[in-house]
Amino acid sequence: MRKTSQYNPEDRNIRLYEAIFKLVLKGAGVIMVTLLVALLVTILWQSWPSIREYGIHFYTGRKWDPVFKEYSALPFILGTLATTLLSLVIAVPIAISLAIFSGFYVNSGFLASAIRTLVDLLAGIPSVIYGFWGLFILVPVIRKLELSIGIVPYGVGILTSSIILAIMIIPYAASIGRDVITMVPNDLKEAGLALGATPFEVVHRVVLPYAKSGLLSGVLLSFGRAIGETMAVTMVIGNANFIPGSIFDPANTLSSVIANEFAEATDPLYISNLVHLGLILFVTTTIIGFLGRAVIRRWSVNR
Amino acid sequence: MNKHILEIDRLNVSIGADKIIKDISMAFFRKKVTAIMGPSGCGKTTLVRCINRMHELIPNTVVTGSITLYRKNIYEMNPIMVRREIGMVFQRPNPFPTMSIYDNVIAGYLLNGIKLTRSEKDTLVESSLAKAGLWNEVKDALHRRGAFLSGGQQQRLCIARALAMKPRVLLLDEPTSALDPKSTAHIEDLISELKETVTIIMVTHNIGQASRVSDFTAFLYLGELVEYGTTEKLFTVPDDKRTEEYLSRKFG
Ligand SMILES: Nc1ncnc2c1ncn2[C@@H]1O[C@H](COP(=O)(O)OP(=O)(O)OP(=O)(O)O)[C@@H](O)[C@H]1O
Ligand SMILES: [Mg+2]
Repeated sequence: MRKTSQYNPEDRNIRLYEAIFKLVLKGAGVIMVTLLVALLVTILWQSWPSIREYGIHFYTGRKWDPVFKEYSALPFILGTLATTLLSLVIAVPIAISLAIFSGFYVNSGFLASAIRTLVDLLAGIPSVIYGFWGLFILVPVIRKLELSIGIVPYGVGILTSSIILAIMIIPYAASIGRDVITMVPNDLKEAGLALGATPFEVVHRVVLPYAKSGLLSGVLLSFGRAIGETMAVTMVIGNANFIPGSIFDPANTLSSVIANEFAEATDPLYISNLVHLGLILFVTTTIIGFLGRAVIRRWSVNR
Repeated sequence: MNKHILEIDRLNVSIGADKIIKDISMAFFRKKVTAIMGPSGCGKTTLVRCINRMHELIPNTVVTGSITLYRKNIYEMNPIMVRREIGMVFQRPNPFPTMSIYDNVIAGYLLNGIKLTRSEKDTLVESSLAKAGLWNEVKDALHRRGAFLSGGQQQRLCIARALAMKPRVLLLDEPTSALDPKSTAHIEDLISELKETVTIIMVTHNIGQASRVSDFTAFLYLGELVEYGTTEKLFTVPDDKRTEEYLSRKFG
């Protein structure tokens, strides 16, 4: 006879373990929420002098010039948007191709595991290394390009940062995409192939429509990551505090200007202004996180 | 005119080091229903998948021997053409959840990029759904997604999808094992009607089902074809002891 009493819910010990387990889970949840609230409160508190002093002008001014006490986030908001959007334009097609390749075409064997390992390896490299690579290799290349088309050869700037950012988020986006694509039920792929479709057509008509919500939220997650990425961008963006005129111009993003100026900011209002930039970053990334969730909820396929 | 549409000649299949199908030769009759039976793991699915070359999706599968459709070796044909001539319906209903019912029926054409006019599509959708016995139930919801359909309706949608390609052979791998008795009865009736137009090869675990709908039955055991003949003969006076045992155990 098999003993069934091991799973008896009346057992006092089991009830105790259950209770402890639940308590631990709940505790972790409470700690996370507290941390988030504490973070938000601190940032709001610290940026309050800036909000009170500048109000809406913080978002409409055209310059950030600490020497003349002129502070506006607009150049950095635009710089951030330009670099992240451009980096996504570069990264997303490559990442999705990689994801389709390793999630659908070759999901076993040497090539598949080689790609997987490579992608994971790239994702783990510290961003300062990417920054170095950008400075030593990419900046001279971009400078040559700029010389050849006859514009000021900064080398550093929005384009350079976007390329570095793209290289950094490709592995991240590709591994999310691969997971999403491998999750497409096998029987649907087989149904497509059994109808005489080629693998390409199955990807196009069956796999991608099914994986759409997951892929889109992967793009949003990558977007959130690109927005917050600091180190490598700070190294190659040129740190210019004005509204960029073209993708070849040096600029600054919200995070790179904070990293760049925080150490030298002494005036309390100056510091408060930098924290105010951080608040913008915080709110944006949170909204993007929620959007990602909404997309998954709204678009996921039910069978 | 040859009464055999499909002939399997000395087929051997191994996956990795395992021999799954051992030297099977058999011929299927045109516009008849052939049931393939046997204990779990004996290679029924593998055999059926070899017939429309779906086995090629499984890595490390080695196949020797030949399968001919109207005397043409399917292993020398383009797999895409093979799969259009030999349709397949799976154990678990698998309509495309991102497509409407209408698009599901013509999915084979959409997927293959074959252009159809509006009226060609309409007729194809209506006739295929009618053949699958589903038209009356879904005609007012053609442009909704199929997710709200019951399991049995979804399976009939999959049959309609396969029929829309006008295949000559239809492979059914345990088409009713995920369904309730009522839907099962419905699909069994359907199979009996469909053999007017297509040759049907059906894997089933259900002995009653095989006796009700099939004209011929093959009994597989551990990858070997033990016995193959008319359903009547096989069910009443089987030649092989193993067939008899299998049938009686299931009946008992
Ligand atoms: N993808 C695979 N890789 C390795 N071995 C497999 C694979 N698919 C099937 N096999 C093996 O092939 C043998 C036959 O499997 P098959 O699915 O054809 O059996 P079946 O008769 O359809 O069984 P069931 O009635 O349970 O569906 C089994 O021993 C199984 O372990
Ligand atoms: Mg099977």
